Amino acid sequence: MTDLFSKFDPLIQMRTDLLSTGVTDPFGLVMEKVISPTVAMCNGRETILLGTYNYMGMTFDPDVIAAGKQALDDFGSGTTGSRVLNGTYAGHKAVEQALCDFYAMDHAMVFSTGYQANLGIISTIAGKGDYIILDIDSHASIWDGCKMGDAEVVPFKHNDIEAMEKRLKRIPEGAGILVVLEGVYSMLGDIAPLKEMIAVAKKYGAMVLVDEAHSMGFIGPNGRGVAEEQGVLDQVDFVIGTFSKSVGTVGGFCVSNHPKFEIMRLVCRPYVFTASLPPSVVATAATSVRKLMHAADKRAHLWENSRVLHGGLRERGFKLGTETPQSAIISVIMPDLERGAAMWEALLHEGLYVNLARPPATPAGMTLLRCSLCAAHSAEQVQTIIGMFERAGKKVGII
Amino acid sequence: MDRAATSEKIAALIEPFNKKGIAISDATSFAGDLEFDSLTVMDFVAAIEDEFDIIISMNQQAEIETYGQLVDAVVKLKG
Repeated sequence: MTDLFSKFDPLIQMRTDLLSTGVTDPFGLVMEKVISPTVAMCNGRETILLGTYNYMGMTFDPDVIAAGKQALDDFGSGTTGSRVLNGTYAGHKAVEQALCDFYAMDHAMVFSTGYQANLGIISTIAGKGDYIILDIDSHASIWDGCKMGDAEVVPFKHNDIEAMEKRLKRIPEGAGILVVLEGVYSMLGDIAPLKEMIAVAKKYGAMVLVDEAHSMGFIGPNGRGVAEEQGVLDQVDFVIGTFSKSVGTVGGFCVSNHPKFEIMRLVCRPYVFTASLPPSVVATAATSVRKLMHAADKRAHLWENSRVLHGGLRERGFKLGTETPQSAIISVIMPDLERGAAMWEALLHEGLYVNLARPPATPAGMTLLRCSLCAAHSAEQVQTIIGMFERAGKKVGII
Repeated sequence: MDRAATSEKIAALIEPFNKKGIAISDATSFAGDLEFDSLTVMDFVAAIEDEFDIIISMNQQAEIETYGQLVDAVVKLKG
């Protein structure tokens, strides 16, 4: 018998080697108690959270919580069915309406996760003979959507407008084209030049899908994302988003002005063949999305946090993923996995949680300590965080 | 362009990516012999695409494991 697991041996060995150095498993952290959007108890220690996607701090919003509790009482704990059968409740329609209002678009379709939104939309709209042109640093859910569909998949170098145009230029006449971009790329926290890229895509007759998962809620005048910030949201055919970041719960969605968009509800398999979100989840999401429409002050504070942390870490000699703060993600580049894990652990001992990111999730084989800020981080917490980084960085010998 | 001329051009394009100076034959594999990782593959494919003004989609790349298969694919794509 061939052991089907033997293909994982190199990864198993890598993990064994890493853990044999005595370092805490960076992928085994348990939060025993969550005190607020920015603080939790980890290993019995009060820990500042700097590695969540809770950008707007909505997880403990009293209105959001109240809406979820009410929905549990009124509609029960789950729908036990597909959206197209018994799984569409008033709450599912309400959250889709909230998304239409938030983005000022005609159609919104809610999936059970953001991953499924990309998987479903991309694999369904780009079929046999069509072409998908996408950034090489695209999220796993985008790649998996490509893999699940039958279109020809053509990647281009990250954020490289010329490389994208060269590929568009060579596509056979008459073929359908979907260009897939992200507003914020979550590993380095850099944004895409959407204005220029979308103009090129449109020149070649492509439809454009932009994943705004990491920008919703705080980039753009109304928090609609990078495309809004750059004034090209009306050129985007499909916006993909998630409830599991700024919205503070779980779920994914696609919003669009395409006149035939509603047919997706019948043809998109990751939408049809899975149970819909629980009533409490859609109720919290709808409440949160509507509150995010009026969150200008929180947006301003989050940007301030991002600028202060970026400047502070840079000043102390850390190598960062971007020259300037471009989003709520500040990525600190580690020299290698061993020292990255050691630094991660040293920060945890200081009482700070960040994400340790490593290949294949990261570009160019990098090991990153990914910090994601929250609008609920106080200015004081950000200063505390910078001090923790300085002490841990010196201890591990990175600065 | 015939197969020999295409092969010669591709051989020249491989040079900068052939860090260990492996001797290239039709049987040389990109993953096994040349040890190309995903980033190298992207840069190398882009170089081939630009040289021949073609698209080699990832679907097509999945079928190409060796140098000989790449030459055949490019000849075919150039028609």
